[in-house]
Amino acid sequence: MDSNEATTSESVSKKKGKTKKVKRKVKHDEAPVQEMEQAEGEETEKKSESGPCFPPTFSVSEIKNKQRRHSMFLKLKEEKRKAPPKEVPKTIENQRIYDETTVNPEDEEVAFDEGTDEFSAYFNRLTNPKVLITTSDRPRGRTVRFCEQLATVIPHAHVYYRRGLALKRVIPQCVSRGFTYLMVINEDRKVPNGLVLCHLPDGPTAHFKVSNVRLRKEMKRRGKDPTEHVPEVILNNFTTRLGHSIGRMFAALFPHDPQFVGRQVATFHNQRDFIFFRFHRYIFKNEKKVGIQELGPRFTLKLRSLQKGTFDSKFGEYEWVHKRHEMDSSRRKFHL
Amino acid sequence: MSAKSQICSIWLGSETGILKGVSLTKKQAFNFCEMSCLSRDQEVCVMAWGDPHESEVLVGSVNGTVKTFSTDKGIFTATRECGDPSQGRFTGLAVTDSSMITCVESGLLKVWKEGSTETVEINVGNGICRMQQNPSQRHRVATGGKENPLKVWDLERPDKPIFTAKNVAHDWLDMRVPVWVRDIGFIPDSDKIVTCTGHHQVRVYDPSTPQRRPVLEARFGEYPLTALSLPASQGTVVVGNTHGELAILDLRKGLVRGCLKGLAGAVRGLQCHPSLPLVASCGLDRFLRVHSLEDRSLQHKSSSADVSGDVEEVKAEEDEVWDTMETVTEKTKKRAAQKDEATVTEVDGKKKRKLVKK
Repeated sequence: MDSNEATTSESVSKKKGKTKKVKRKVKHDEAPVQEMEQAEGEETEKKSESGPCFPPTFSVSEIKNKQRRHSMFLKLKEEKRKAPPKEVPKTIENQRIYDETTVNPEDEEVAFDEGTDEFSAYFNRLTNPKVLITTSDRPRGRTVRFCEQLATVIPHAHVYYRRGLALKRVIPQCVSRGFTYLMVINEDRKVPNGLVLCHLPDGPTAHFKVSNVRLRKEMKRRGKDPTEHVPEVILNNFTTRLGHSIGRMFAALFPHDPQFVGRQVATFHNQRDFIFFRFHRYIFKNEKKVGIQELGPRFTLKLRSLQKGTFDSKFGEYEWVHKRHEMDSSRRKFHL
Repeated sequence: MSAKSQICSIWLGSETGILKGVSLTKKQAFNFCEMSCLSRDQEVCVMAWGDPHESEVLVGSVNGTVKTFSTDKGIFTATRECGDPSQGRFTGLAVTDSSMITCVESGLLKVWKEGSTETVEINVGNGICRMQQNPSQRHRVATGGKENPLKVWDLERPDKPIFTAKNVAHDWLDMRVPVWVRDIGFIPDSDKIVTCTGHHQVRVYDPSTPQRRPVLEARFGEYPLTALSLPASQGTVVVGNTHGELAILDLRKGLVRGCLKGLAGAVRGLQCHPSLPLVASCGLDRFLRVHSLEDRSLQHKSSSADVSGDVEEVKAEEDEVWDTMETVTEKTKKRAAQKDEATVTEVDGKKKRKLVKK
């Protein structure tokens, strides 16, 4: 009973509303015709009425009164200047196709997975990193200098000459001498073009394509050589599960506690599946302003494959392999 | 919990010990794990159906335990200690009448009888990669591994294998061809056995013939083949390798019929549907994919947070689960029927004309 009464009253009020609207519309249609004849008092009343709603086919040019028309036009121009807000331009990063494997920070499974994977020994502070840097056989000048500079940037890094030794034989020797990482810079035509990063006890091996290598000599406005202080590490934009694994791999290259006295920072910035490495020295001029100087080598990496286990390209199991024709078909899909 | 487990049509075992059930109709994955304490030594190595009605899943872990999971109830019902980690991981799990067969990497094949603690033990040789049971003759088991050729054992006569494969002849450099059997499959309705090797070969053996060497040898890719599965249609086999390449091979000539695209990581588990032309694959890239074997397209893809080790599937009895996929095949059948009708009417028309002329 109550509900029925309510509905009937609602319908009644709706009808009233409709009639009101109809009356208002009728008034507006008559208004322009009668404007010339009516006095100012009535005009002001109509202004207040015409403020809230206009019929849809009304335009400024229909107002016959020149002064009124001018004032309406100025009002419209004002509104246009204020609104609309500037549109956000579309970029490839904006339009990136959402990756299903993007890690949610609260995901327990991923947290457990990362807590027990091969890097857990490093992240639980049980081991300290020790890196062995070597090259492919018979490296030329540029690659040698690159290795030397990398060794200054990464603490506890040792460069060894590769005497044509097989990596599968080098790895057990490294493990016995307590190395945690093996870094092999591959050279092609006197220029470094590949990097194999192998986490040692039995960890994953990542194979990268290296491009755009700039040695210290070639860098403009660079600072003095890096000191022995342990740098801070910045890892940007490693969002997916694969990105997380690679990010952890880079993080485990450097010792845990950075020495802030040294004011040095190594950055691995991931954008569109390219990882940019930069090494800077920073100085805070005041609380808000920082000055940075780029030291050290600069290079770009692109992940080609991530293999489970130590280096075994023939018989190893791959966690991720870059397949150009399948994965590069969309310009907005990225994997790291 | 039981409602969730009853609608799952694909079961996956993961490296963290979690058993995942995926429901394709609802496109959802559910995690089932025994306790809140997960650990890496609970990693799932093998999975098998506990009974012919597929109401129980047996899950074998790295630490030597075999857990029974009931799909009706949605919980782990029993745990059994079947060996210790020192002998290696489980490479095969099977069930006959009332006993369970387990095989580990060191070659110790044990038959565990229900209720009694006595076990029948067979030493199959070192370095076993896979042990598989013949689905039609459940007391026959095949084993193979690294430098361990394919052997077929009859559990009623455990002292000697009924069939041992012989290595192929020396290659073109007159060097011995290495043996590395990674996965084994029994071809239904015949005695033949298909194996895939770590040296990217697929071989078919026929124990009923006196020839102990492979009857057919096919090669695919350049990387070790890790998993193999036989689809419902005869004459083909689906294989996967460590680079994530899945291929359908023809077993009559040994040619590649086609590749299934999409996987980015090594294939760890492959399972074909018993009656429909579908194959489910899981691997190190943390995705479960279901492909259709006819047009090689991806039907379903779902992610799991960690690496999946093994795949099991539900039989076609639960037709409502697979309904959405069945409609595709029905359309083609209708078109074929219409074509037949058209030809029949044409023939009738011609016959009538002949009668009129007469």
